[in-house]
Amino acid sequence: MKKFFLGTAILGIYAIYSLGIRHQTLVIGKPAALSSSSQSSGSTASMPSSSSNSSSPPSSSSSSSRQYKDGTYTGSEADAYYGTVQVAVTVQSGKITSVKFLKYPNTHSTSVMINQQAMPYLQQETIQAQNPNNVQIISGATFTSQAFIQSLQAALSQA
Amino acid sequence: MKKTQIIMGMPITIEVTDKEVTVKNLESIFDYFKSIDQRFSTYKETSEITKVNNGLPESKWSSDMKLVMKLCEETKTLTNGFFNIHHNGKLDPSGLVKGWSIFNASNKLSKMNFKNYYIEAGGDIQVNGKFSLKTPWTVGIRNPFNIKEIIKIVTLSSEGIATSGTYIRGQHIYNPKLKNKIVDSIQSLTVIAKNVYEADRYATAAFAMGKTGIEFLDSTPGLEGYMVDSNMVATLTTGFNKYVLRNA
Repeated sequence: MKKFFLGTAILGIYAIYSLGIRHQTLVIGKPAALSSSSQSSGSTASMPSSSSNSSSPPSSSSSSSRQYKDGTYTGSEADAYYGTVQVAVTVQSGKITSVKFLKYPNTHSTSVMINQQAMPYLQQETIQAQNPNNVQIISGATFTSQAFIQSLQAALSQA
Repeated sequence: MKKTQIIMGMPITIEVTDKEVTVKNLESIFDYFKSIDQRFSTYKETSEITKVNNGLPESKWSSDMKLVMKLCEETKTLTNGFFNIHHNGKLDPSGLVKGWSIFNASNKLSKMNFKNYYIEAGGDIQVNGKFSLKTPWTVGIRNPFNIKEIIKIVTLSSEGIATSGTYIRGQHIYNPKLKNKIVDSIQSLTVIAKNVYEADRYATAAFAMGKTGIEFLDSTPGLEGYMVDSNMVATLTTGFNKYVLRNA
Protein backbone atom coordinates (compact mmCIF):
# COMPACT_ATOMS: atom_id res chain seq x y z
CA MET A 1 0.00 0.00 0.00
CA LYS A 2 2.82 2.39 0.90
CA LYS A 3 4.48 1.67 -2.42
CA PHE A 4 1.28 2.51 -4.19
CA PHE A 5 1.10 5.93 -2.55
CA LEU A 6 4.76 6.57 -3.24
CA GLY A 7 4.24 5.64 -6.87
CA THR A 8 1.22 7.94 -7.12
CA ALA A 9 3.17 10.77 -5.53
CA ILE A 10 6.06 10.34 -7.97
CA LEU A 11 3.65 10.25 -10.88
CA GLY A 12 1.96 13.39 -9.56
CA ILE A 13 5.24 15.24 -9.22
CA TYR A 14 6.22 14.17 -12.71
CA ALA A 15 2.87 15.36 -14.04
CA ILE A 16 3.31 18.79 -12.43
CA TYR A 17 6.89 18.93 -13.72
CA SER A 18 5.91 18.07 -17.27
CA LEU A 19 3.10 20.62 -17.14
CA GLY A 20 5.70 23.20 -16.28
CA ILE A 21 7.85 22.14 -19.22
CA ARG A 22 4.87 22.19 -21.53
CA HIS A 23 3.92 25.62 -20.35
CA GLN A 24 7.40 26.98 -20.91
CA THR A 25 7.52 25.53 -24.39
CA LEU A 26 4.19 27.07 -25.19
CA VAL A 27 5.19 30.49 -23.96
CA ILE A 28 8.41 30.54 -25.93
CA GLY A 29 6.69 29.16 -29.01
CA LYS A 30 5.61 31.30 -31.92
CA PRO A 31 2.91 33.77 -30.91
CA ALA A 32 -0.18 34.57 -32.93
CA ALA A 33 0.08 37.14 -35.70
CA LEU A 34 0.83 40.52 -34.24
CA SER A 35 0.30 43.06 -36.94
CA SER A 36 -2.95 44.93 -36.88
CA SER A 37 -4.56 47.31 -39.26
CA SER A 38 -6.49 50.40 -38.43
CA GLN A 39 -8.70 50.17 -41.46
CA SER A 40 -11.30 47.87 -39.99
CA SER A 41 -12.51 50.24 -37.33
CA GLY A 42 -10.36 53.31 -37.28
CA SER A 43 -9.89 52.91 -33.54
CA THR A 44 -6.15 52.45 -33.81
CA ALA A 45 -5.83 55.73 -35.65
CA SER A 46 -7.87 57.59 -33.10
CA MET A 47 -5.89 56.34 -30.12
CA PRO A 48 -3.03 58.82 -30.08
CA SER A 49 -5.33 61.80 -30.01
CA SER A 50 -7.55 60.38 -27.29
CA SER A 51 -4.67 59.16 -25.14
CA SER A 52 -2.69 62.37 -25.30
CA ASN A 53 -5.26 64.08 -23.16
CA SER A 54 -7.20 61.69 -20.99
CA SER A 55 -9.51 64.41 -19.71
CA SER A 56 -11.01 65.06 -23.11
CA PRO A 57 -14.06 63.05 -24.07
CA PRO A 58 -13.36 59.95 -26.12
CA SER A 59 -14.29 60.47 -29.72
CA SER A 60 -16.17 57.69 -31.43
CA SER A 61 -14.94 58.61 -34.85
CA SER A 62 -11.32 59.10 -35.78
CA SER A 63 -11.49 62.80 -36.40
CA SER A 64 -7.75 63.22 -36.16
CA SER A 65 -6.81 66.80 -36.90
CA ARG A 66 -3.37 66.07 -38.24
CA GLN A 67 -2.49 63.79 -41.11
CA TYR A 68 0.54 61.56 -40.68
CA LYS A 69 3.35 61.47 -43.21
CA ASP A 70 3.89 58.22 -45.07
CA GLY A 71 6.66 55.94 -43.88
CA THR A 72 7.53 53.40 -41.21
CA TYR A 73 8.31 54.66 -37.73
CA THR A 74 9.76 52.84 -34.77
CA GLY A 75 8.47 53.67 -31.30
CA SER A 76 10.42 53.92 -28.10
CA GLU A 77 10.78 50.91 -25.81
CA ALA A 78 8.07 51.07 -23.19
CA ASP A 79 8.10 49.18 -19.91
CA ALA A 80 5.27 46.68 -19.73
CA TYR A 81 6.27 45.54 -16.22
CA TYR A 82 7.08 42.00 -17.32
CA GLY A 83 9.29 43.17 -20.14
CA THR A 84 9.57 45.66 -22.93
CA VAL A 85 7.10 46.57 -25.64
CA GLN A 86 8.19 48.30 -28.81
CA VAL A 87 6.14 48.83 -31.95
CA ALA A 88 6.73 49.95 -35.51
CA VAL A 89 4.00 51.84 -37.35
CA THR A 90 3.57 52.02 -41.12
CA VAL A 91 1.70 54.99 -42.55
CA GLN A 92 0.39 54.97 -46.10
CA SER A 93 -1.64 57.79 -47.65
CA GLY A 94 -1.77 59.44 -44.25
CA LYS A 95 -3.37 56.42 -42.59
CA ILE A 96 -1.90 53.82 -40.27
CA THR A 97 -1.84 50.62 -42.28
CA SER A 98 0.02 48.36 -39.88
CA VAL A 99 1.35 48.20 -36.36
CA LYS A 100 3.99 45.56 -35.65
CA PHE A 101 5.39 44.48 -32.31
CA LEU A 102 9.20 44.55 -32.47
CA LYS A 103 9.50 43.62 -28.81
CA TYR A 104 7.06 42.18 -26.32
CA PRO A 105 7.70 40.26 -23.14
CA ASN A 106 6.96 36.70 -24.23
CA THR A 107 10.36 35.12 -23.68
CA HIS A 108 11.05 36.75 -20.36
CA SER A 109 12.09 33.85 -18.13
CA THR A 110 11.10 35.67 -14.94
CA SER A 111 7.56 36.22 -16.15
CA VAL A 112 7.25 32.56 -17.01
CA MET A 113 8.27 31.68 -13.46
CA ILE A 114 5.95 34.22 -11.88
CA ASN A 115 3.20 32.89 -14.07
CA GLN A 116 3.66 29.33 -12.92
CA GLN A 117 3.91 30.21 -9.27
CA ALA A 118 0.93 32.54 -9.25
CA MET A 119 -1.60 30.21 -10.83
CA PRO A 120 -0.74 26.65 -9.88
CA TYR A 121 -4.25 25.25 -10.22
CA LEU A 122 -5.91 27.11 -13.05
CA GLN A 123 -5.78 25.97 -16.66
CA GLN A 124 -3.49 27.97 -18.92
CA GLU A 125 -3.08 28.04 -22.67
CA THR A 126 -1.41 30.24 -25.25
CA ILE A 127 -3.97 32.34 -27.04
CA GLN A 128 -4.86 31.19 -30.55
CA ALA A 129 -6.86 32.83 -33.27
CA GLN A 130 -10.30 31.25 -33.75
CA ASN A 131 -12.49 31.15 -36.81
CA PRO A 132 -14.60 34.32 -36.50
CA ASN A 133 -17.28 33.19 -38.95
CA ASN A 134 -19.66 31.86 -36.33
CA VAL A 135 -19.35 34.79 -33.95
CA GLN A 136 -22.32 37.13 -33.68
CA ILE A 137 -21.10 39.46 -30.94
CA ILE A 138 -17.63 40.55 -29.82
CA SER A 139 -16.47 41.24 -26.28
CA GLY A 140 -13.26 43.14 -25.72
CA ALA A 141 -11.62 46.38 -24.81
CA THR A 142 -10.84 48.33 -27.97
CA PHE A 143 -7.15 48.22 -27.27
CA THR A 144 -5.62 47.28 -24.04
CA SER A 145 -1.92 47.77 -23.64
CA GLN A 146 -0.71 50.98 -22.07
CA ALA A 147 2.84 50.18 -23.14
CA PHE A 148 1.55 49.66 -26.66
CA ILE A 149 -0.01 53.12 -26.60
CA GLN A 150 3.19 54.71 -25.30
CA SER A 151 5.32 53.13 -28.01
CA LEU A 152 2.72 53.88 -30.67
CA GLN A 153 2.58 57.54 -29.65
CA ALA A 154 6.36 57.79 -29.77
CA ALA A 155 6.35 56.29 -33.26
CA LEU A 156 3.59 58.59 -34.51
CA SER A 157 5.23 61.70 -33.10
CA GLN A 158 7.82 61.19 -35.82
CA ALA A 159 5.25 60.77 -38.57
CA MET B 1 -33.90 43.40 -36.05
CA LYS B 2 -30.51 44.87 -35.32
CA LYS B 3 -29.66 48.56 -34.73
CA THR B 4 -26.54 50.40 -33.63
CA GLN B 5 -26.25 53.93 -32.27
CA ILE B 6 -23.32 55.79 -30.79
CA ILE B 7 -24.23 56.87 -27.27
CA MET B 8 -22.01 57.43 -24.23
CA GLY B 9 -19.08 57.71 -26.64
CA MET B 10 -19.36 54.12 -27.83
CA PRO B 11 -21.37 52.04 -30.26
CA ILE B 12 -24.38 50.37 -28.65
CA THR B 13 -25.95 47.50 -30.58
CA ILE B 14 -29.32 45.94 -29.90
CA GLU B 15 -30.48 42.85 -31.76
CA VAL B 16 -33.87 41.28 -31.10
CA THR B 17 -34.72 38.14 -33.06
CA ASP B 18 -38.35 37.82 -31.88
CA LYS B 19 -40.36 38.64 -35.00
CA GLU B 20 -42.77 41.01 -33.20
CA VAL B 21 -40.05 43.62 -32.61
CA THR B 22 -40.52 47.12 -34.04
CA VAL B 23 -38.15 50.03 -34.67
CA LYS B 24 -40.04 51.93 -31.95
CA ASN B 25 -39.19 49.24 -29.40
CA LEU B 26 -35.48 49.60 -30.09
CA GLU B 27 -35.71 53.42 -30.14
CA SER B 28 -37.10 53.37 -26.62
CA ILE B 29 -34.08 51.39 -25.44
CA PHE B 30 -31.67 53.80 -27.14
CA ASP B 31 -33.56 56.66 -25.50
CA TYR B 32 -32.94 55.03 -22.14
CA PHE B 33 -29.17 54.95 -22.82
CA LYS B 34 -29.30 58.62 -23.85
CA SER B 35 -30.95 59.51 -20.54
CA ILE B 36 -28.23 57.58 -18.66
CA ASP B 37 -25.58 59.47 -20.62
CA GLN B 38 -27.21 62.80 -19.71
CA ARG B 39 -27.15 61.87 -16.05
CA PHE B 40 -23.86 60.03 -15.58
CA SER B 41 -21.42 61.36 -18.18
CA THR B 42 -18.42 62.91 -16.42
CA TYR B 43 -17.61 64.60 -19.74
CA LYS B 44 -20.83 66.62 -19.79
CA GLU B 45 -20.89 69.95 -17.95
CA THR B 46 -24.64 69.64 -17.44
CA SER B 47 -24.77 66.04 -16.20
CA GLU B 48 -25.88 65.24 -12.69
CA ILE B 49 -22.57 63.51 -11.89
CA THR B 50 -20.69 66.70 -12.84
CA LYS B 51 -22.99 68.64 -10.50
CA VAL B 52 -22.37 66.05 -7.78
CA ASN B 53 -18.63 66.54 -8.23
CA ASN B 54 -19.17 70.30 -8.00
CA GLY B 55 -20.83 69.92 -4.63
CA LEU B 56 -24.52 69.13 -5.28
CA PRO B 57 -25.77 68.00 -1.83
CA GLU B 58 -26.89 64.39 -1.48
CA SER B 59 -30.42 65.48 -0.58
CA LYS B 60 -30.81 66.78 -4.14
CA TRP B 61 -29.55 63.65 -5.89
CA SER B 62 -31.92 61.70 -8.14
CA SER B 63 -32.99 58.23 -7.04
CA ASP B 64 -30.81 56.72 -9.80
CA MET B 65 -27.78 58.63 -8.52
CA LYS B 66 -28.41 57.48 -4.95
CA LEU B 67 -28.83 53.89 -6.13
CA VAL B 68 -25.68 53.91 -8.28
CA MET B 69 -23.61 55.38 -5.43
CA LYS B 70 -24.99 52.73 -3.07
CA LEU B 71 -24.15 49.97 -5.56
CA CYS B 72 -20.63 51.38 -5.96
CA GLU B 73 -20.08 51.25 -2.21
CA GLU B 74 -21.45 47.71 -2.05
CA THR B 75 -19.18 46.64 -4.92
CA LYS B 76 -16.18 48.20 -3.21
CA THR B 77 -16.85 46.06 -0.14
CA LEU B 78 -17.43 42.88 -2.17
CA THR B 79 -14.13 43.35 -4.00
CA ASN B 80 -11.99 44.14 -0.94
CA GLY B 81 -11.64 47.76 -1.97
CA PHE B 82 -10.49 47.07 -5.51
CA PHE B 83 -13.58 48.65 -7.04
CA ASN B 84 -13.19 52.33 -6.23
CA ILE B 85 -14.87 55.28 -7.91
CA HIS B 86 -12.78 57.97 -6.20
CA HIS B 87 -10.20 59.34 -8.63
CA ASN B 88 -8.29 62.58 -8.01
CA GLY B 89 -10.92 63.85 -5.62
CA LYS B 90 -13.77 63.20 -8.07
CA LEU B 91 -16.42 60.50 -8.23
CA ASP B 92 -16.53 58.53 -11.45
CA PRO B 93 -19.07 55.67 -11.31
CA SER B 94 -18.76 54.87 -15.04
CA GLY B 95 -17.14 51.51 -14.18
CA LEU B 96 -20.51 50.47 -12.79
CA VAL B 97 -22.97 52.52 -14.82
CA LYS B 98 -22.24 50.78 -18.12
CA GLY B 99 -23.05 47.25 -16.94
CA TRP B 100 -25.89 48.47 -14.75
CA SER B 101 -27.55 50.38 -17.61
CA ILE B 102 -27.15 47.50 -20.10
CA PHE B 103 -28.81 45.20 -17.57
CA ASN B 104 -31.65 47.69 -16.96
CA ALA B 105 -32.13 48.03 -20.71
CA SER B 106 -32.31 44.26 -21.12
CA ASN B 107 -34.94 44.09 -18.38
CA LYS B 108 -36.95 46.64 -20.35
CA LEU B 109 -36.82 44.33 -23.38
CA SER B 110 -37.94 41.40 -21.21
CA LYS B 111 -40.87 43.47 -19.91
CA MET B 112 -41.86 44.06 -23.55
CA ASN B 113 -42.07 40.23 -23.72
CA PHE B 114 -39.02 39.77 -25.91
CA LYS B 115 -37.16 36.55 -25.22
CA ASN B 116 -34.36 36.43 -27.75
CA TYR B 117 -32.01 39.37 -27.86
CA TYR B 118 -28.69 40.85 -26.92
CA ILE B 119 -27.52 44.34 -26.02
CA GLU B 120 -23.86 45.19 -26.50
CA ALA B 121 -22.24 48.43 -25.38
CA GLY B 122 -18.52 48.91 -25.82
CA GLY B 123 -17.75 45.20 -25.62
CA ASP B 124 -19.99 44.41 -22.62
CA ILE B 125 -22.99 42.27 -23.44
CA GLN B 126 -26.26 40.97 -22.01
CA VAL B 127 -27.61 37.95 -23.86
CA ASN B 128 -31.02 36.31 -23.65
CA GLY B 129 -32.49 33.31 -25.44
CA LYS B 130 -31.15 32.37 -28.86
CA PHE B 131 -30.21 33.85 -32.21
CA SER B 132 -32.59 31.48 -33.98
CA LEU B 133 -34.44 28.25 -33.21
CA LYS B 134 -31.35 26.14 -33.83
CA THR B 135 -28.55 28.66 -33.27
CA PRO B 136 -27.44 29.98 -29.89
CA TRP B 137 -25.84 33.37 -29.35
CA THR B 138 -22.09 33.16 -29.75
CA VAL B 139 -19.68 35.72 -28.37
CA GLY B 140 -16.07 36.05 -29.50
CA ILE B 141 -13.43 37.37 -27.10
CA ARG B 142 -11.12 39.81 -28.85
CA ASN B 143 -7.35 39.36 -28.90
CA PRO B 144 -5.97 42.25 -26.83
CA PHE B 145 -2.83 42.17 -29.00
CA ASN B 146 -4.68 42.23 -32.32
CA ILE B 147 -8.12 43.81 -32.61
CA LYS B 148 -8.87 41.83 -35.76
CA GLU B 149 -8.59 38.46 -34.05
CA ILE B 150 -10.95 36.39 -31.92
CA ILE B 151 -9.17 34.11 -29.43
CA LYS B 152 -12.09 32.39 -27.72
CA ILE B 153 -15.70 31.74 -28.63
CA VAL B 154 -18.36 31.19 -25.98
CA THR B 155 -22.02 30.22 -26.25
CA LEU B 156 -24.43 32.13 -24.00
CA SER B 157 -28.17 31.88 -23.41
CA SER B 158 -29.00 34.01 -20.37
CA GLU B 159 -25.81 35.59 -19.13
CA GLY B 160 -23.76 38.73 -19.16
CA ILE B 161 -20.18 39.02 -20.39
CA ALA B 162 -17.76 41.93 -19.95
CA THR B 163 -14.11 42.51 -20.77
CA SER B 164 -11.76 44.93 -19.06
CA GLY B 165 -8.48 46.16 -20.46
CA THR B 166 -5.71 48.53 -19.49
CA TYR B 167 -6.82 50.97 -22.08
CA ILE B 168 -10.46 51.51 -22.89
CA ARG B 169 -11.62 54.64 -24.68
CA GLY B 170 -9.07 56.85 -22.99
CA GLN B 171 -9.92 55.58 -19.53
CA HIS B 172 -7.35 53.87 -17.37
CA ILE B 173 -8.05 51.35 -14.69
CA TYR B 174 -6.05 52.15 -11.59
CA ASN B 175 -5.14 49.83 -8.79
CA PRO B 176 -6.68 51.74 -5.87
CA LYS B 177 -4.26 50.10 -3.43
CA LEU B 178 -1.15 51.28 -5.27
CA LYS B 179 -1.66 54.99 -5.81
CA ASN B 180 -1.69 56.07 -9.43
CA LYS B 181 -0.27 52.77 -10.58
CA ILE B 182 -1.88 51.82 -13.85
CA VAL B 183 -2.59 48.12 -14.07
CA ASP B 184 -0.28 46.64 -16.66
CA SER B 185 0.61 43.08 -15.82
CA ILE B 186 -2.45 41.68 -17.56
CA GLN B 187 -3.84 42.62 -20.94
CA SER B 188 -7.50 41.76 -20.75
CA LEU B 189 -9.91 40.06 -18.41
CA THR B 190 -13.27 38.68 -19.48
CA VAL B 191 -15.95 37.77 -16.94
CA ILE B 192 -19.13 35.75 -17.51
CA ALA B 193 -21.84 36.10 -14.84
CA LYS B 194 -25.59 35.72 -14.45
CA ASN B 195 -26.00 39.21 -15.90
CA VAL B 196 -23.87 41.96 -17.43
CA TYR B 197 -24.07 44.13 -14.31
CA GLU B 198 -22.29 41.45 -12.29
CA ALA B 199 -19.89 40.67 -15.13
CA ASP B 200 -18.92 44.32 -15.67
CA ARG B 201 -18.33 45.31 -12.06
CA TYR B 202 -16.33 42.18 -11.29
CA ALA B 203 -14.32 42.49 -14.51
CA THR B 204 -13.34 46.04 -13.52
CA ALA B 205 -12.42 45.09 -9.95
CA ALA B 206 -10.64 41.83 -10.76
CA PHE B 207 -8.67 43.56 -13.49
CA ALA B 208 -7.42 46.10 -10.95
CA MET B 209 -6.15 43.19 -8.84
CA GLY B 210 -3.68 42.27 -11.58
CA LYS B 211 -2.66 38.64 -11.89
CA THR B 212 -4.49 37.57 -8.72
CA GLY B 213 -7.80 38.79 -10.16
CA ILE B 214 -8.42 35.48 -11.90
CA GLU B 215 -8.04 33.64 -8.58
CA PHE B 216 -10.52 36.04 -6.98
CA LEU B 217 -12.99 35.22 -9.77
CA ASP B 218 -12.35 31.50 -9.39
CA SER B 219 -13.14 31.65 -5.68
CA THR B 220 -16.29 33.79 -6.09
CA PRO B 221 -19.43 31.75 -6.80
CA GLY B 222 -21.33 32.58 -9.99
CA LEU B 223 -18.38 34.08 -11.85
CA GLU B 224 -16.15 32.65 -14.56
CA GLY B 225 -13.15 34.43 -16.02
CA TYR B 226 -10.68 34.37 -18.90
CA MET B 227 -7.50 36.38 -18.41
CA VAL B 228 -4.89 37.20 -21.05
CA ASP B 229 -1.52 38.27 -19.69
CA SER B 230 1.45 40.08 -21.20
CA ASN B 231 2.96 36.74 -22.30
CA MET B 232 -0.05 36.02 -24.54
CA VAL B 233 -1.04 33.24 -22.17
CA ALA B 234 -4.66 32.84 -21.13
CA THR B 235 -5.71 31.61 -17.69
CA LEU B 236 -9.20 30.16 -17.26
CA THR B 237 -11.30 29.77 -14.13
CA THR B 238 -12.33 26.21 -13.30
CA GLY B 239 -15.80 26.41 -14.84
CA PHE B 240 -15.09 28.66 -17.82
CA ASN B 241 -14.84 25.78 -20.28
CA LYS B 242 -18.54 24.96 -19.98
CA TYR B 243 -19.25 28.09 -22.04
CA VAL B 244 -16.59 27.49 -24.69
CA LEU B 245 -17.86 26.63 -28.16
CA ARG B 246 -16.38 23.30 -29.25
CA ASN B 247 -15.03 22.74 -32.75
CA ALA B 248 -14.88 26.48 -33.25
